[in-house]
This record gives sequence, C-alpha cells and structure tokens, in this order.
Amino acid sequence: MLSRVAERVYWQARYLERIENTARLLDVFSTLLMDLPKGTKLGWHSLVHITGTHEIFDATGRQPIERNVMKFLLPEDNGISIINMLAAARENARTTREIMPTEAFEQINELYFYAKENLAQGVSRGPRHQLFEEIITSCQQITGLMAGTMSHNDAYSFVRLGRDLERADMTTRIVDVGSSNLLVSSQSSTQADEPLTNILWMNILRSMSAYQMYRQHVKDRVNAEDVVIFLLQNDEFPRSLAHCISQLSSVVDELPNHSKSLAQIAKTYRAIKHANIEKLLGDGLFQFIDDLQIEIGAIHKAIADSWFLQK
Amino acid sequence: MRINWKTYDPGKFYDEIISAQGVPRPAARQLANYLKSLTHAELTEKKLAAELAIKTMGISFAVYSDAGNIDREWPFDIIPRVITAKEWEHTSKGLQQRLRALNCFINDIYNDQKVFKDKIIPKELILNSTNFRKQCLGIKPRYGVWAHVCGTDLIRDRDGLFYVLEDNLRVPSGVSYMLENRRVTKRVFPELFENYNISPVQNYPDQLFDTLAAISPRTSEYPEVVVLTPGIYNSAYFEHSFLAQRMGAELVEGGDLVVEKDKVFMRTIDGLAQVDVIYRRIDDLFLDPTVFNKDSILGVPGLFKSWVKGNVALANAPGAGVADDKVIYTYVPKLVKYYLGEDPILPNVTSFLCTDKTECQHVLQNLDKLVVKPANESGGYGMLMGPQSTKKEREEFARKIKADPRNYMAQPLISLSTVPILGDRGVEPRHVDLRPFVLQADKSYVTAGGLTRVAMVKGSYIVNSSQGGGSKDTWIVGDE
Repeated sequence: MLSRVAERVYWQARYLERIENTARLLDVFSTLLMDLPKGTKLGWHSLVHITGTHEIFDATGRQPIERNVMKFLLPEDNGISIINMLAAARENARTTREIMPTEAFEQINELYFYAKENLAQGVSRGPRHQLFEEIITSCQQITGLMAGTMSHNDAYSFVRLGRDLERADMTTRIVDVGSSNLLVSSQSSTQADEPLTNILWMNILRSMSAYQMYRQHVKDRVNAEDVVIFLLQNDEFPRSLAHCISQLSSVVDELPNHSKSLAQIAKTYRAIKHANIEKLLGDGLFQFIDDLQIEIGAIHKAIADSWFLQK
Repeated sequence: MRINWKTYDPGKFYDEIISAQGVPRPAARQLANYLKSLTHAELTEKKLAAELAIKTMGISFAVYSDAGNIDREWPFDIIPRVITAKEWEHTSKGLQQRLRALNCFINDIYNDQKVFKDKIIPKELILNSTNFRKQCLGIKPRYGVWAHVCGTDLIRDRDGLFYVLEDNLRVPSGVSYMLENRRVTKRVFPELFENYNISPVQNYPDQLFDTLAAISPRTSEYPEVVVLTPGIYNSAYFEHSFLAQRMGAELVEGGDLVVEKDKVFMRTIDGLAQVDVIYRRIDDLFLDPTVFNKDSILGVPGLFKSWVKGNVALANAPGAGVADDKVIYTYVPKLVKYYLGEDPILPNVTSFLCTDKTECQHVLQNLDKLVVKPANESGGYGMLMGPQSTKKEREEFARKIKADPRNYMAQPLISLSTVPILGDRGVEPRHVDLRPFVLQADKSYVTAGGLTRVAMVKGSYIVNSSQGGGSKDTWIVGDE
C-alpha cells in the first residue's frame, strides 16, 4: 500500500471520528441545558476549549455565548467547524477512491451534502438534537459499511488506526469536560452541587453511548470516580481510552515496520492502566489529561514516521 | 413538459433518434415511444434522479477557472443516443485499422523512417512537430505499439456517415464518464434495459488492465500496474482514480515513485516495491525532469532511462503524440494504405494544409467559412470558428497562419449530427460528437460505443466539457 494513500485514509478516518465525537459532545451540552436548574449556567467557553479551538475562537473577538459558539463549531468556514471537517473527510475519501469501497465514498459524500444544507439550523436549540443524531448515525453507518464491505487489509488497518486514535483523543477531552469547572452556579460558591455534578457525569456517559454499559459494569449509582475509571481504564467498552489504545496495538502488530509504534503504544497503555484515578481526581485531573494528550500525540508521530510519505 | 416528437425539429442536420418529422429511426423507436409515454412529473422525476445519482456517486470533473471549487458535477442528459450494432461493427473495424496504422507509423519514424524515404510524408513536418521526441529514436516498444490507448473523435455529417475528426494518442480522457453514464442511465431507465438488447460497456477496465499487463517487462503472473496522475487538482483526476479503482491498480503521483538502478519503485508502507507498467496520465514533457521539462515536479527523475532500458513499460509511450498532430492527421488515410495495404474504412474530414501554398491561399480567402485549428492544442482551445468569428479574430488568425503555417490546418465547418436533450420545454436538438476508446497491445479492442459529448448550448458545436459541454449515454443496440 502506498504511503501517501495510507496517510489520506488515516486522516479520513480521523476526521470522520472527530465529526461524530464533536456531534456527541455538543449534544451533551445541549441536553445538559435542559437538566439544569434555573440560575445555573453552562460555561460555553469551556466547550471551545475542549475541542482545542479556543485560540481561533478568541481571535474572532466574539462573546462565548451559545449562539456564537454553535455557529463557530457547526456551519462556519473557519477551518475547524464540522462542515470544514466534513469537507476534509470528503476530500480525503475522494482522493483515495481507488482503494475504498465505492459506497463508503458515496455515504460520506451524502453526509457532506446533508450537513451543508442543515448545519446552520443547529445554531438554534429546536432542531439541534435531531441534527446531531443524524450525523452520529451516518458516521456509524459509514464505519459499519467499511467494516462489513472492505477487506481487512492494510488500508483497513489505517482506517482503524485513525479511528481509534481519534476516539482515544476525544475520550480524554470529554472526560476533561466532567472534571473542568463547567457548571457556573449563580450562587457565590464556585463549585456546583453534588447532584448537579452527577447529572453532568450521567450526560457525559450518555454522550458516549456509555450509560447502559457503565451501569452493567459498575452496578452503582453514577459518581465521578467510577465514571472516570470506566471511561479511561476499562478494557471492554469500545470508547474507553484503554480499549482504544489496546486496539491500536493489535492493528499495528499486523503492519510492517511496527516496532517504534508498538513501543509507544505500550508505553501509553501502561500510563493509563497504572494511574490512580481516585488520587488524580482530587487534583482536578487536568495534568493527567494533558499528559495523556501528549502520549496520543506521540503515537501519531510514531505512526507518521513509520508509514507516511516523509516530506 | 411532455415529449412530442412531431414538434421536434433538428433542421437540416442528421438526427440520431428521428429520421423524419415525428418518425423515429427503427433502433430508437422503443426509446422514442417510451419517452413520449412519460408524464411531465415522471420526466422531471427522472431528470432529478439522474442529478441526484451524479451528486451522490461523486461523478465530477475539475474546471481550472473555478477558484475554490475543484470538482464540479458532471453535466449529463438522460436521453441516450442510439447506434445500431451493425453500423458499430463496421466503425470498430475502421478504428482498429486506424490505430494499427498509426502505431506502425510512430514505430517507423522513431526507427527505420521508411515513410520519409518513400516520400509519403515530408520529413521536416515530423521533425518540426512539437510532439516529436528525438530522445525516443531507436526505441522499440513491445509489439511495435506506442499508443496503447487512443480516443478517436468521430462526427456524423449530414450524409449520416461517421468521419474521424481527430486522434488523441497522448492522454485521452473521458472513458470513466462513458462508464458512469451507463450506471446513471440504468438507475434512471431500468425498464428500457429489459426490452432492448444494449451492448454492455463495463468490461473496459478489464480490457485496459489486460492491455497494460501484456506490455509488462517482467513475466510475472501479477505484474504491478499503476496509474500515474498529476494529482488531485488535475481536471481528469476523477477518471484516474476511477480507472485505478476498477483495475485494482495503485494510483500514484510522481512523489510516490522513485528510480533506483534504472528500475522504478513505489514508496509503500512496507518500503519500496517495483513497478512494471505505468499507465501515465501525465504529459510527455512532465514525465521526467532529467530528460524533458526540467521544472516538472509531477514527474519522476530517471523514469525515461528505466523505460529506455526496458525495465518499465509506459502507456502511452513517450513520443506517441507525434501522430495526433492535426497536420499529421491529414496524412492518416495515406498512412493506412502505406503500412497496411488496405483502404481506410473510416474517412477523414476534408482538410486544408497551410504548408501547401494553394491550400493555404484557399484557407486565407475563406476564413469566414472554415474552422482553423492549431496543430497541437487539445480541449478545443485556440481554434477559429470561421462563421461565428469577428473580423478582428479573422485578421488575427491570418497573421498567425502566415507567421507559422506549419502550426495550422483548416476544415470546412462540418455539420455535427443532433440528438434530443431534455430541456425545460420538452426535447430540443443539440449537436454531438462521439469519442470511442481503442486499445492495442498484443490484441486490440474498441469500446461498445464511446463517450457522446453534447454541446448543451443551442446551435453550438463546442462539446468539450471544459467549455460547457455535457454528455449522454451511448447505446449500441442489436437486432431483437
């Protein structure tokens, strides 16, 4: 398989996964709004922060209110909105059509046209949930279509690498939502009440379609520590960080020249599994999430160095 | 909008669907009757279905001037063009004959040059051609074939006969649209395929692969065939990727290839892998910066030498374009006779050479009636359409011709046949041409039909997609 094509396939999968996860993240935020008592506000700026786009947003000089943030993240042409990510996914799919199943390109293409037409509506709350549901379902369909119609060859390995690494990245960001100072109570206390915090964690689980699996696994009411352990260290749930990273390892194992990437992935996996979540939660988890992000960056670099066209 | 054949009037032109007012040609009768039976709503629905299919299938082409929009949807009209199998059989023979002769000719000019010695064609004409590559002298590609893939433009004049308008021997494009047009038509008119005996077209990628595999220098069972594209911004990128996909070949860009010890390799995730056959969709001059255009970043340094040494096959071979020069074109009927000893099956369009004194005089005196073409442009650029030209344009062309007679030839304005398109107020005639694709290596092959290009503007003769042309599915229809 050509190095250049491997890179494009990898990015196409990353973009698609990022689109799905951004839709999930924005959906939690919007659902959360409905659960909050009057007087409690959501910090919309942290949403921009979580998606890693705060610098670009701040440069526009706009107020971080709901409408502005949603516009910024959905239909705007700023290089990082969902519509731009979809255009990038489509472009990567278009330029790797020779190796992808035809239907996969067609579905990505259709999703692009759907989004182009409907994303602007997501700025207002009414149609928002349906829009996100549509995007999430389409992304899942595309993933399923590739799994079911594409030979599980090298090209598919790069699809999986892109998908799992991006998923790992977003899981750390979403966990960050829970631990960051998201809920701003109108009362003087800076810390939100415990029941509110639990609502927040419950919504976070829902955003990753993890609530049901969490309940089956934990058999206890929703609480910060168990949720974070579940989302970061569980080996069975497909969106948990540990699971994503161990998947990478089994994919990489099948590829040639894999020693560098395998070593980095193993190192990251150990860092996740050995973490003492209870203790880390006390400090707000920030530093740990930052470290994980650096690890994920290092995995990407190892992949790029081993298989992509060297510029 | 409902279709009424009685009010459909192609005027004095040959129409491919009807033979006289309201009377469809026998092979098109079912189609014409079926279309007539559709209601306005049904027709609109079919038209929309085709547009939607093209959009979701991502059938696109690029237009350079469209800044920011690098791929545009393919303009397509749903009414197919119908040609009888009998007529097509004759035409295919003519196309294969022509390509055989052209390959003999190219092989001859780069080797024995008998054609000059026998005074069939003046030597200077070839040596002055911008597509003549002196670097190719003395090279003998397998089977003596230089042009493995040829797109021949045919037009049908008022007499109802096919004439060859030009041969495209460099990097002819359009075949993917021929295949996709069929796919769209099947979605739009599934009913018609039940009753008609329409020759399938989709085996072209297999035929192309076999042609390419036949010229592999290594005799391995699975030669590594790649398609070399200038990249995602090229106007034919869709086709490059389409053909690679259908052949199961890698689609490579110049940067993916590297030459070591005169062998060509591609950079894969598992290191370097040797390449046997390159179906190149890059112009000669950009293939190898060490031999041709030094500034080319699309090509691969050392590629030409690997080809000369016989370590890699190139299709089409560099230098093959020498025979699609529009001035050389005028000699093709003679070349068929000379190399094959056969009478040409397909006629050329009458042409006037500006290198010939009397003919040039005729051209200069009749600029308002003729079509003047530069010898080496493609895509319909740089032409003078006499009858539609302004005085200023004619004066400019007269100057150009006098300055460089070798670079121009002229033809009378031929009448392109018409086919109905579905407009807002029913069917309207539009001019079409036809580009079949011909393959040659150890065997030769012609597509069933080809790409019908349509001048979508009323009365226009410009069918090039880069200048607003559209296309149609082309049916070769057998007897019931």
